[in-house]
Amino acid sequence: MSSLGSAGAAWTADDTTDVLPAKDGNEIQNYMINFGPQHPAAHGVLRLVMELDGEIIERCDPHIGLLHRGTEKLIEYKTYLQALPYMDRLDYVSPMCMEHSYVLAIEKLAGIEVPLRAKYIRTMFAEITRILNHILNTTAHAMDVGAMTPILWLFEEREKLMEFYERVSGARFHAAWFRPGGVHQDLPAGLLDDVLAWCDHFPKVLDEMQGLVADNRIFKQRNVDIGIISKEDAIAWGFTGPCIRASGVAWDIRKSQPYDAYHLMDFDVPVSNDGDCYARFMVRMQEMRESLKIIKQCAKEMPAGSHITGNRKVAPPSRGEMKRSMEALIHHFKLYTEGLHVPAGDAYVATESPKGEFGIYMVADGTNKPWRCHIRATGMAHLQAMDFLCKGHMLADAPAVLGSLDIVFGEVDR
Amino acid sequence: MTIVAPELGKHSWPVMATHDALASRLGEVLGDALFEVIEHAGETTAVVQREALVPVITALRDAADLKFNQLTDICGADYLDRAERFEIVIHLLSMTHNLRLRVKLSTDGRAPVPSLTDLYPNAGWYERETWDCYGVMFTGNPDMRRILTDYGFEGHPFRKDFPLTGHVELRWSEEHKRVVYEPVKLAQDFRSFDFLSPWEGTDYVLPGDEKATGK
Repeated sequence: MSSLGSAGAAWTADDTTDVLPAKDGNEIQNYMINFGPQHPAAHGVLRLVMELDGEIIERCDPHIGLLHRGTEKLIEYKTYLQALPYMDRLDYVSPMCMEHSYVLAIEKLAGIEVPLRAKYIRTMFAEITRILNHILNTTAHAMDVGAMTPILWLFEEREKLMEFYERVSGARFHAAWFRPGGVHQDLPAGLLDDVLAWCDHFPKVLDEMQGLVADNRIFKQRNVDIGIISKEDAIAWGFTGPCIRASGVAWDIRKSQPYDAYHLMDFDVPVSNDGDCYARFMVRMQEMRESLKIIKQCAKEMPAGSHITGNRKVAPPSRGEMKRSMEALIHHFKLYTEGLHVPAGDAYVATESPKGEFGIYMVADGTNKPWRCHIRATGMAHLQAMDFLCKGHMLADAPAVLGSLDIVFGEVDR
Repeated sequence: MTIVAPELGKHSWPVMATHDALASRLGEVLGDALFEVIEHAGETTAVVQREALVPVITALRDAADLKFNQLTDICGADYLDRAERFEIVIHLLSMTHNLRLRVKLSTDGRAPVPSLTDLYPNAGWYERETWDCYGVMFTGNPDMRRILTDYGFEGHPFRKDFPLTGHVELRWSEEHKRVVYEPVKLAQDFRSFDFLSPWEGTDYVLPGDEKATGK
């Protein structure tokens, strides 16, 4: 750190004392500041305790847990279906992707087969969610470094995507729509046409937004060569998703360990070799275009069939069936009081959420409630590297680094 | 080891290439430190000796045909009826070979677990979380503060014998002009309904029944 200039003459990087000897014999104390927990650029309730030498960050200690709700503990007291809505409240920017890991974990443990249509629907909405997430992250990142317009322009598109959410599930955010065995309701008539029309319109908005910031001098000065992380360090720090792809590792769970209908999809994985904030931003911009390809392909190829498994021990019967069949009524009653039973055993299921690897480690004991449901939060690994990324940077770079890591506290704090 | 290509599209959950001889290879690499290899739901779990954790993980990370180069996660789990009630679950990922492995070890809560911070820098927070939630100490972790719970929190909330409602609640006190902590007062007792089917083993204990059976 000595190359960055300070009053300390005999000060080296491994000097860990806060108090530095000055030339005239007086002591110079480093600044300790609190960044957050109430700070607009802290993306929620992050408290960063920073040790500053002038404006240079010497040490950065994130204090998390201010949004801790004990989700994992609460899930142990709920049936499998009752615990599902907690998933939406983890990463509330990409709710359906959170549900995705959870329902896949149940399906894996219970060996539930899912109809092809349900796989297509879930794949399509996982990608809609990815765009939903990346719109918020890229524009909020741009706003953190001073660009106000992108967030205003792209939130209109976000609103349109949330209308798709609302049309299929009835809720704009907390959908609770992905269920073990498929999705709760089939797509309403006309939805696929509207999705396709939106897919044709969105690239124009994206191009306009990218034109505003991608080559903008201020935006580049704030992001290029800021918060660089090498390939090796990114792997060691547990980076996943766009953050590791921006460091030159072509790792995407959708490609390497495909789930649902991803093995049928034709898409590319954007990779950058720079590993800085600008690379992470641009990888996300490009990922939105790739997601559009998947959404289009799903909408065009959407197979006919059932939206949820016909196994009545897992999925409820239709309303119409319940009016006529006593057995269907019993199944419905049992499913919504007792709930489904998952055979004893444990499994770890990770999906490629918009932020990276989002995993559920589920331990089932054979009853209707999970014994343990651990949530592997993506943001926790990324935020942990904050000290590594910020060291030696200016204080004003901290919001840029934080923005480029895509942190949402609902997920980090659980 | 030969890699067996996954069967795509059969299931909804993530599928990856499988390695036919992973279990025997683990036996070769880990030696006596390996207690058991469990295969369940297409996933491999290695149960290992607690004291030998660091050499075990080092071997898994450095063996050329395994190369578990990323630590995905460390978490705890509480099994009250076991002699060593806590299980520490470590998830490893090999990006090189597209392979996942779960490593498990157990502790009674007093015996510390060796820290992995020297092998993977991101182990630090995961170990702090396990300490915070389950009260399992990690030796060698330079920063064993709590992480998720409140400043000054007492107890380890994810233990099965810790009540869901907790022990304290807090409110803003107009009198003291600050947030005060008080013991939890519930307007109604915490209720946990038993929805398990009566035909499948719910044990209904009626008060007074013990007189009839003479217990």
